[in-house]
Amino acid sequence: MAGQLREYRRRIRSVQSTKKITRAMELIAASRIVKAKARVAVSRPYADEITRVISSVASQTTVRHPLTTEHPDARRAAVLVVTSDRGLAGGYNANVLRRTGELLELLRSEGKEPVVYAVGRKAVTYYRFRGRELAGEFTGFSEQPSYDDAKEVADALIARFVESSEAAGVDEIHLVFTEYVNTLTQRPVAHRILPLVLEETTEPPPGGPLPQYEFEPSAEEVLDALLPRYVESRLYAALLESAASESAARQRAMKSATDNAGELIKTYTRQANAARQDAITQEISEIVGGANALAQAS
Amino acid sequence: MPMRVAILSPEREVWSGEADMVVARTTEGDIGVLTGHVSLLGVLAAGSQVRVKTGAETLSVDVDGGFLSVTKQGVSILVEHGVVSTGS
Repeated sequence: MAGQLREYRRRIRSVQSTKKITRAMELIAASRIVKAKARVAVSRPYADEITRVISSVASQTTVRHPLTTEHPDARRAAVLVVTSDRGLAGGYNANVLRRTGELLELLRSEGKEPVVYAVGRKAVTYYRFRGRELAGEFTGFSEQPSYDDAKEVADALIARFVESSEAAGVDEIHLVFTEYVNTLTQRPVAHRILPLVLEETTEPPPGGPLPQYEFEPSAEEVLDALLPRYVESRLYAALLESAASESAARQRAMKSATDNAGELIKTYTRQANAARQDAITQEISEIVGGANALAQAS
Repeated sequence: MPMRVAILSPEREVWSGEADMVVARTTEGDIGVLTGHVSLLGVLAAGSQVRVKTGAETLSVDVDGGFLSVTKQGVSILVEHGVVSTGS
């Protein structure tokens, strides 16, 4: 009986220390969301402006440029998937990898050979475990990406994009990441970033109609210079969104882990109390029984 | 008449405010932009300086290439890294 009680106490202590850890992770994730959101806000003016510039350039020039020209028989498509380096983030990685799987299926059915690039250790291990080949892997910055990280990834993608498709070049670049909607909702999304998808809308774009530019030195050269900046900026935005989503997913996962630990502690405490009561009851009945036996004997 | 000028980098806003004139060097040569300039998109020369003049004050920003976008709404300068070198 006393052994059972000791066992309960041991379990309670163990769950308590787990609870402390998950609680700390929850708080860290919560503060990271705030930071990541702030960085998204800071990066937005640049991203908006570059998107504005590129849409106005692309919509008004008739220059054929790899940036804007759809490849009629695209052979290969690069797919960059953004996951986290660490786990313990609920369904975050599973969701984005599932979305990637769907995209890969779609590309194959269109007769394009997907070339997968992975950001984050989770994607790397996922594909390596399944014996798939990765064209590139980038790890170590999923929670706090910097612009230089985005640049490194973008450089690899652009190098592959400008290569001719007869060699090993790709004709399209797709990006799969997790969009941060709010603390409760994060959505895995897949976007094609190259060639540029121009939105055909009749509504005026935000911030007034697009300006009619003159180019210096020429439209082509401006587009050449814009291409890497555009990819970097889209990538950086995706990395920041993913970082915010990762922290939000982790915060939620850790919150429910903390809640579950609390529940467990409650259950074990009740069972421990019952065991203690039982032990006392038994002891009393033994004493009473012993006293009665002595009284009868004398 | 002042115009709106914003110098933006991906990780932060380097500088923004009202200015009288912007002088920059594109790959074609130096260009000065005053209010009412025609819409223009230029590629900045690497390692050049962008000077923003407001009254008697000049702000110099070292840029490592990037873009100069002049529109009716104002001037945006998009750079990867921008360092304000002199604010005199």
